[in-house]
This record gives sequence, C-alpha cells and structure tokens, in this order.
Amino acid sequence: MIALSDYLTLAAIMFSLSVAGIFLNRKNIIIILMSIELMLLSVNINFVAFSHFLGDLSGQVFVFFILTVAAAEAAIGLAILVVLFRNKRTIDVDELDTMKG
Amino acid sequence: MGFENIVFYVFAAIMVFSALMVITVKNPVQASLFLVLTFFSTSAIWMLLEAEFLAITLVLVYVGAVMVLFLFVVMMLDINVARMRAAFIQYLPIGVAVLVTMAAMMFMVVGPEHFGLDVENFAAPARQAADYNNTRELGLVLYTVYVYPFEIAAVILLVAIIAAIALTLRRRPKTKYQDPDLQIAVKRNDRVRMISMDSEETK
Repeated sequence: MIALSDYLTLAAIMFSLSVAGIFLNRKNIIIILMSIELMLLSVNINFVAFSHFLGDLSGQVFVFFILTVAAAEAAIGLAILVVLFRNKRTIDVDELDTMKG
Repeated sequence: MGFENIVFYVFAAIMVFSALMVITVKNPVQASLFLVLTFFSTSAIWMLLEAEFLAITLVLVYVGAVMVLFLFVVMMLDINVARMRAAFIQYLPIGVAVLVTMAAMMFMVVGPEHFGLDVENFAAPARQAADYNNTRELGLVLYTVYVYPFEIAAVILLVAIIAAIALTLRRRPKTKYQDPDLQIAVKRNDRVRMISMDSEETK
C-alpha cells in the first residue's frame, strides 16, 4: 500500500525541482514559465492525494479550477512573451529592464 | 510489494527524471517535450488516486493544448541558447542548495514520522466498485455546490482569450482594410451624381 506521505513527498520533490529550475534558468523566460507549470502540477498532486485519502471530491474540484487558471496563465504569459520578443528581439531576462527606475 | 506499488514507483521515477530534464536540458524544445512526459506520468499517478476525469483532462487539455502552445512559441522565437546557458553553471550551486534545502524541509513536514500520514495511521480508503463513475460524481458536485466558481472559471478563460488576442494583434499601418460600418452607411448620393444636361442631337 502507498501512504499519503509518499504522494506528498513526490509532490515536494517536484516542487523543489521547479523552484531550482527557476534559479538555474533565470535568463530564459520560457523555461521559467515551464517551471511555474511544474509547480502548479505538484500542488495539484497534493490536492488529488488528499481528495482520495479523505474521500472528499472538493479537492478534485479545486484541481479543476487550478487547471483552468493555469491554462489562462500560460496563454497570457506566452502572448506577453511573443510581444516582448517582437519588440526587443530577445527573451533574456537581463535585457528586459525598461521599467527599471 | 504489490502491483500498485510498482505502478506508483515506476511512474514517480519517470516523473522526477523528466522534471529534472526539463530544468537541465539545453534545448527549450526538448524541455517542453520532457514536460509532456511529466504530465503523462502525473496523469498515471492520478489514475492510481481514482481521479480519472482529471487524469484525462490533464492529458487532453495540458498535453493537447497548452504544451502545443508552448512548442509553437518555442519554435517561433529565435532563441540564442548558448547565451541563455552562460549563467547556468554560475547558478548551479545555489540552485542545488535551494533544491536540497526545500526538499529536506518538506520531507520533515510530510514525511511519515510526525503527522501520522503513513499506512498504519492513515490508510487509504477501500477501492471504489467497478461501476463507480468519477466524472459523474465530479459533475454532481461541480454543477451544484461549485456552480458559481465554475462560471467564474469560464469568465477567466474568456478573459484569457481576449487578452491573448489583444496582446498579439498587430495592425500594420500600410495594409488596406475594409470598414463595414462605412460600407453599410453609404447613401445613394455618395455613389451616383445626377446631372441635368441637354440631350445630344443626333444627325
């Protein structure tokens, strides 16, 4: 049998990996967006695991809404990225300092 | 070690491996393909947790739509990979330190020692019968208790569509456009001019 802590540990590893991914690829916005997707996924694993072990479907409903918001976030984030690349010809985070005071 | 454990550990290993590849490979196209693999193995883990509807949704919506969008954008942009990778070695120590620290801290919280989340104290509920319909159960909750959040989610998707189109829409000043408003509002006098003149004489 697999315990709840196994699922939570798996989600914790995934979350730590995605935080490390943001640190490692901090020049590349696309990989940062992918790391954010991984983070949301690991949170969703927690929701689904608790939903199963507590016998409550509300967790799965929350995952449904998180998936919706994550899809919207990815669509808008990639649209911003395309506009950014069209104007600046780069997606290097260090070059994107127009708003620096 | 039962079949359930084998399924869990195999897919968990694939998931962690592909997540590791997402954040370490050079090519963003490969990174997004590994992200697809991560989503697939997550979907298998959710099947194990009896969340069949969400598992299929993850494959259809995420792998089918969001990841294809990622791939489109990655292939559309001209990314200087070498320049992006220059800082990778520089940030490697702090990245590994953050990974180890965060993982260790979360193990202490969610590990089996402290909060009784292990098999003895917090066993999984019995498996549902073969005629259990996860989609039906989810729909019964979603369209009654959570109907207003569901509608808000629909509005969020609409906002995302409009925002994505409005952001990427580009009007070129030299292109000629039709203006249907002007076309409909045209009057007869704008097109036809009546002139009174003498009739020409034929010889």
